[in-house]
Amino acid sequence: MSEKTVDFSPAAAPLAEKLLEPALEILARYPVGRERSALLPLLHLVQTEEGHVSPNGVAFCAEILGINKAQVGAVATFYTMYKRRPTGEYLVSVCTNTLCNVMGGQEVYDQLSEHLGVGHDQTTADGKITLEHAECLAACDYAPVVTVNYDFTVDEATPQSAVELVESLRNGERPTPARGARICSLKEMQYQLAGFADPRDGAVGDGVAGAPTLRGVRLAQEHGIAVAGFDPDSPITKTKPVRDETALPQQPASEEKPGRVASVARKAAGAVKAAAGAVAEKVDERRHAGRTTDTGDVKDPEVRAAESRNPTADTPAPSGTATTPVPTTPAEADGVADNEPAGDGKPAGDSTRGESIVSQRTAEQKPATNVTRRTEEEK
Amino acid sequence: MTQPRPEVLQKLTPVLTKRWLSPDAWQIGVYERLDGYSALRKALDVHPDDLIQLIKDSGLRGRGGAGFPTGLKWGFIPQGDGKPHYLVINADEGEPGTCKDLPLMTYDPHSLIEGAIIASYAIRAERAFIYIRGEAVHAARRLRHAVQEAYAKGYLGKNILKSGYDLDLVVHSGAGAYICGEETALLDSLEGFRGQPRLRPPFPAIAGLYASPTVVNNVGTIASVPYIVLGGADWWKSMGTEKSAGPMIYSLSGRVVNPGQYECGLGITLRELIELAGGMKPGHNLKFWTPGGSSTPILTAEHIDTPMDFEGVAAAGSILGTTAMQIFSDQDCPVYNTWRWLEFYHHESCGKCTPCREGNYWMVRTYRRILSGQGTYADLDTLQDTADNIFGRSFCGLGDGAATPVVSTLKWFRDDYLGYIEGRTAPRLSEKSLVGAH
Repeated sequence: MSEKTVDFSPAAAPLAEKLLEPALEILARYPVGRERSALLPLLHLVQTEEGHVSPNGVAFCAEILGINKAQVGAVATFYTMYKRRPTGEYLVSVCTNTLCNVMGGQEVYDQLSEHLGVGHDQTTADGKITLEHAECLAACDYAPVVTVNYDFTVDEATPQSAVELVESLRNGERPTPARGARICSLKEMQYQLAGFADPRDGAVGDGVAGAPTLRGVRLAQEHGIAVAGFDPDSPITKTKPVRDETALPQQPASEEKPGRVASVARKAAGAVKAAAGAVAEKVDERRHAGRTTDTGDVKDPEVRAAESRNPTADTPAPSGTATTPVPTTPAEADGVADNEPAGDGKPAGDSTRGESIVSQRTAEQKPATNVTRRTEEEK
Repeated sequence: MTQPRPEVLQKLTPVLTKRWLSPDAWQIGVYERLDGYSALRKALDVHPDDLIQLIKDSGLRGRGGAGFPTGLKWGFIPQGDGKPHYLVINADEGEPGTCKDLPLMTYDPHSLIEGAIIASYAIRAERAFIYIRGEAVHAARRLRHAVQEAYAKGYLGKNILKSGYDLDLVVHSGAGAYICGEETALLDSLEGFRGQPRLRPPFPAIAGLYASPTVVNNVGTIASVPYIVLGGADWWKSMGTEKSAGPMIYSLSGRVVNPGQYECGLGITLRELIELAGGMKPGHNLKFWTPGGSSTPILTAEHIDTPMDFEGVAAAGSILGTTAMQIFSDQDCPVYNTWRWLEFYHHESCGKCTPCREGNYWMVRTYRRILSGQGTYADLDTLQDTADNIFGRSFCGLGDGAATPVVSTLKWFRDDYLGYIEGRTAPRLSEKSLVGAH
């Protein structure tokens, strides 16, 4: 393990020790070279350990993806579900969006807030409960709703039923949710949000559909109503042969002539094994490399030019010199002469002062790459 | 509670919701016994182009709000371009009032997966993603379980059902951002960026996920596909109207006796839906309602007989949206409700464009002032002006959505606003919520 974590900075190393394996599994879900897609699940993963996204968590995500911390921070602060402060064991969310609000959600929230003595996004002193008022939780037919760790726990909530809920949670009980799986801790939930199966036996089967969900279809069933004329064998008009070469993505599998059942079956079995092997290989490869692939900003320039100019962790520190644009008209030439272009995104015309500051700073600073190598040096 | 009349009951079309009655339909064995994955076998036996034609013939339109013809969208994907293609399913259900996709994914996850495989085969994608809202944990749990089951049975992975077709499907949880329901913001989020909308063109069909051709479809759209493949385009068109074909899950919430999900052919009216839902709650009279979430202009009691299809609602001056019908009565205040929606839009504005970011900020404050009894007549002009400067000037449709409740309530319920300004209505907000409002 020490061999793999050696590349992580001191900030990220403790998390890397615990989370490297699942993190690499997450990375393997996305196409090669597109690993930045793993950032959202990785941030969820970080919260399984810390309960929130700390600067260390940001460092871990940045280093495993090969992007800089500002890029991770920009994403982490954008989304509501990444918490910036430590959270309690349970996150109790009350929907106070318009519909739940007028159906009583506001009273439920106010009562809980008063009862627990905390406001929005605050945690009780015993560290048990973080309270928040949530926006529409997509269960308006059960309004007002209260969730615990995002699982629907109390439907058609009242101030009394909500207080009973938090009291039993504080007493160490785990009441059965109305329509979600059995309650776990918020950190355990983050593991599922990172894209892993619920490890608890049978939890996936928990929760039955409530009456509102089934109202329409029950009504139809009671009155024997079905859509007439359904024939599952209705023909589909065929204008082209099925196994057209262009019909399928260019895969080695489609190169061979289909039709020989035995060979296809053998091939299928092989393919499944190969797929499993490929994932394992990919994970293994990265594990030994220590550092993972440098994904950088892979956005296509035609989609977003500004993003693709973003520096990565390996981008050298700015030198402060910019390439001078070639003027095409006399007026432009005059303008260029008067306003020297400034490097590093400072306003034009600010170059004299700006550049002196930049060069001063770069002289003081060690190159950024040294920071991540510190552990190695210390050894 | 009044019983719905037989002719209204006949408008129910249990198709997508039918399997919800079987409590174990989320398991692959039960799903297979209920026609499950038979559409996939049928689809893999025809050329992808013929499948796209079938969907075009069915008249299926997107169930996420905009109602774009699905077959046409699939047809936009350039074929033989040498680039990878992607299917991305928008399961980021968050439009206030909308609650139809979550039950579908929780109680019948395989129907979405089967639809995803068929759609991917049709557009020749090798990878599909389901971007599910982060808060939808139980639905995601069931979906992930279902994906594992489908891999184990050979419906996903290499050489699906020995057809030579390969597909990988990943369930990707979001992290609580309403804006990610906008398709290009969703793609940015899926790429690991902040979820902010992209300039279009290029459209996702040309440069979507990883700058490759991508189809983004709603959960309800993709879940409809297996039924069309099985029952055929003509059967599908036997439901709904000529231009808005098929069944739709109408989500009724608010002041009705039995709120819930009612799947009916497109074109049913609110009057009929309220009848199915057992009528209005005792003591409540219909005052205003959203036809498809809070981003669609609100309608009033006089629109109760509007046909709820894409054309009918548009003719009434609104949008069908997600058919999330939040029903409010004479005991609800349109000004208060709009304020609450605006607090939501203000919170969820991604900050990319100025009209939405700043406009919502100011409108929220103006509403707080009006609701605390300190509003002026000029505030109404300010609201109208701000909303007009958001609508059509913001980067994506979500900015427009924020302006619509303001414009529509000002249009229909100006007197309710004046009530607060002229002191006829008691203030709804206290002084302390006014901090920063002036």
